[in-house]
Amino acid sequence: MEAILSRAQKAAKEAEVFAVTSEETQVRFDANRLKQMETNQSTSVALRIIKDGKTGYAITTGMTDGQQLVNDAVETAAFGSEAKFSLPDATRYPEVEIFDPAVSQVPIKDMVALGEKMVAAVTVHTPGILCYASINRSTMTVRLINSRGGQAEYKKAFFSLDLEGNLIEGTDMLFVWDGESSCHPLLDPEKVIDAVLRQLDWAREKAKAPTKTLPVIFTPNGMASALISPLVSAFNGKVVLEGASPLGEKVGKTVFDKNFNLYDDPTVPYRPASRPCDDEGVASQRTQLVEEGAVKGFLYDLQTAGLAKKKSTGNGNRSRASLPTISPSALVVAPGKTTFNDMVADIKEGLVVEQLMGSEQGNVLGGDFSGNVLLGYKIEKGKIVGRVKDTMVSGNVYQILKDIAAIGSEAKWVSSFLQTPPFYCKGLSVSSKG
Amino acid sequence: MSNIEEIAQSLAGELKKGQADYLEARFEENETSHITYRGKAIESVGRSTASGGNVRALVRGGWGFTSFNDLAGLKKRVSLAVEQAQATGTDLSFLAPIESAQETISSGVKQNPVTIPLTEKKHLLDEYNEIIWGTPGIKTSSIVYSDSRKKVVFLNSEGSLISQERADVTILLNAIAAKDGEVQQMHISLGSRGDFKVIKGLHQRVREIAQKAVALLDAPQAKDSEYTVVLDPLLAGVFAHEAFGHLSESDFIFENERMREIMVLGKQFGAQHLNIVDSASDPAGMRGSYKYDDEGTPSVKTYLIREGKLVGRLHSRETAAKMNEKPSGNARAVNYRFPPIVRMTNTYIEPGVMSFQDMIADIKEGIYAKNMFGGTTAMEMFTFSAGEAYMIRNGKIAEAIRPVKLTGNVFDTLKNIDAIGNDLDMNQGGGCGKGSQAPLPVSLGSPHIRIQHCLIGGK
Repeated sequence: MEAILSRAQKAAKEAEVFAVTSEETQVRFDANRLKQMETNQSTSVALRIIKDGKTGYAITTGMTDGQQLVNDAVETAAFGSEAKFSLPDATRYPEVEIFDPAVSQVPIKDMVALGEKMVAAVTVHTPGILCYASINRSTMTVRLINSRGGQAEYKKAFFSLDLEGNLIEGTDMLFVWDGESSCHPLLDPEKVIDAVLRQLDWAREKAKAPTKTLPVIFTPNGMASALISPLVSAFNGKVVLEGASPLGEKVGKTVFDKNFNLYDDPTVPYRPASRPCDDEGVASQRTQLVEEGAVKGFLYDLQTAGLAKKKSTGNGNRSRASLPTISPSALVVAPGKTTFNDMVADIKEGLVVEQLMGSEQGNVLGGDFSGNVLLGYKIEKGKIVGRVKDTMVSGNVYQILKDIAAIGSEAKWVSSFLQTPPFYCKGLSVSSKG
Repeated sequence: MSNIEEIAQSLAGELKKGQADYLEARFEENETSHITYRGKAIESVGRSTASGGNVRALVRGGWGFTSFNDLAGLKKRVSLAVEQAQATGTDLSFLAPIESAQETISSGVKQNPVTIPLTEKKHLLDEYNEIIWGTPGIKTSSIVYSDSRKKVVFLNSEGSLISQERADVTILLNAIAAKDGEVQQMHISLGSRGDFKVIKGLHQRVREIAQKAVALLDAPQAKDSEYTVVLDPLLAGVFAHEAFGHLSESDFIFENERMREIMVLGKQFGAQHLNIVDSASDPAGMRGSYKYDDEGTPSVKTYLIREGKLVGRLHSRETAAKMNEKPSGNARAVNYRFPPIVRMTNTYIEPGVMSFQDMIADIKEGIYAKNMFGGTTAMEMFTFSAGEAYMIRNGKIAEAIRPVKLTGNVFDTLKNIDAIGNDLDMNQGGGCGKGSQAPLPVSLGSPHIRIQHCLIGGK
């Protein structure tokens, strides 16, 4: 890396070398049986340069030819965007605990046993179901050096469990899913199993959704699949800069329900999205986005912050080693006071949405969403009575979050990027076929 | 740079030692370039090179797979894959027999698109972007251009050694209009099997999408309801791919008794006029075309539905053996980091005889849905978004409406296709995702089709 940096400095004023190395192992069960084991080793090196005020960029994976990398970066710099930032100097980073050496020590046979336990629990509960499960462990090393003396290096460990069940009766198909991830080994699959069994219990009976406006509870998984992606766009500093975010001019204004609080936090210990610094070497921080319903700020990387005359919030993310772009590291929605059971009990007629399909299509920027309820339940007189099918739910995120009936007290991590409680929303348009 | 063909050859003996029921290795080198615009300015321009490989082993029905960038110490990689397969398998290995092959296949393009200077690409994209920005009412634009060339060398324990090269070009042009907090967009998505010329000369089409995006700001929204819907070739192709094609992927069917009952060959899925095909072999030269899949199986033309009946499905060697059917050459991996899984290639509805005018002639009130915004499916349920839509009134295309979303049950919808046009058109812009493997180059197409009782959601 140092050799590439010094070569690059001969061609350009500023340069940054970013390298990520990972080793991951996966045990996979297909159709209730152990099917495949997989290990993947990978190394990527990216070079970013600023030459004559413009950004150039190249990446190589595998056999690294340092000179080729420099040449490619120089060629691209001729057309690159004008660099509106300088690379960070040597910086003190917060201590963020994300490496547990126990992860890579988990024996393969224990990973197999975890899978067997998950599959057994579900197949005993619901005979005839087919389970697809995977158990993953990985470690990664990230290293970054730049021509201004900035440098960062950290190791991260990651462990995850995923459990999917698929039950078919006639042409009726039911999918259930849950998962958990951590920087610690996850040796107890009970939480994931319980969540999947609960979905199966609620979906056992069939129910019919009417076509009308109904109250809807989004579970944490439902929140992730329905309401979050418009917000991810709206709080992106680049979308704001372009004038395309509906929240761009609303800083300090109360746009959401008073009880709605949202922040981005890459410093939570042992969470897979946590890290001491972002992929440009900017120190990690917790960034408040919504406080008591008021818009507090947006997410920035170095380039966008430079253009917008703001400071980077440490949200320059690279997918593997691609150019940094703005994305949340881990969004956290603060919990409220109402239990899930109390929400259900409060509803005379309504829906619970666990998985919405296709909601990312459509006018995401404007906050409109609509999707097919892949997994959802009907509530009648305060009780979940069964699964609904052939049902579409639509609404506008900003209208829904302006006046929330209740925010749940039980927050949950969905994948690694979102922690949220369930949300009880007042009136959504529901349409049902037939 | 080391030659991956030599590396592959040096491993041939190791794979034939009989350490597993079956062993294969795949090596890949690729280069790419991309230019993206966001608004008036270039957002990102870059080049990449990559090399790597993998080894896959099958023992007693269990698979071991290992991928790597480091091409040294390959014998150890083979041992690791074999050990993993041994620890996994408890049963019998199933693998449909194929002829082993030794062949070298070139990319077929005169000029590798990656080597075209970035200046030339940028010049063309600048022209398109200026057209979009020159349209009154446009708020912003985005353009994503990328190209690639890759060589994949495959070898297995049965003596196959196949080297295949391919090149790819894709472009997405998006015009975004805004007014009073309303945002509307319209896009073009195109691709080719490495031929850069395909993306030249789009000026008039770019102008049209920009104008249409602006016009949509004042367009009304269709009422959520059931309609008679006519799909254009692109959207009908999306339907064939998303809603039906994925159901034909046997990796989900072969170990699933109940799916096998639903997808039993010979079952009537649609009317007599309905024919759906997946074929990597014919038409050749499309983004989903190839001679051998990533298990070294030659590609064939597969009828999925013929005269309304289910007659075929897509296979890997394992799924074909388990279902006692012929391998179809549909095992594909997006790159060397992944094992091959059952995927589509070029998927299309075959043309019928009806003209577009006849198709809409007797529709009193319906919707004409065009272009694709996105689509997803979860087995029998699908949703896909049109990029553009119009009301059909009294047999004529009437006012433009906000883009609509179609949703429903694929089995019902296939039965509800009551007219198939004579105007097959293939789209090359597609990238398919399955599991974590995306975007896999595919193409899809159809003539215009008409669907009765289709559920439309507006937003």
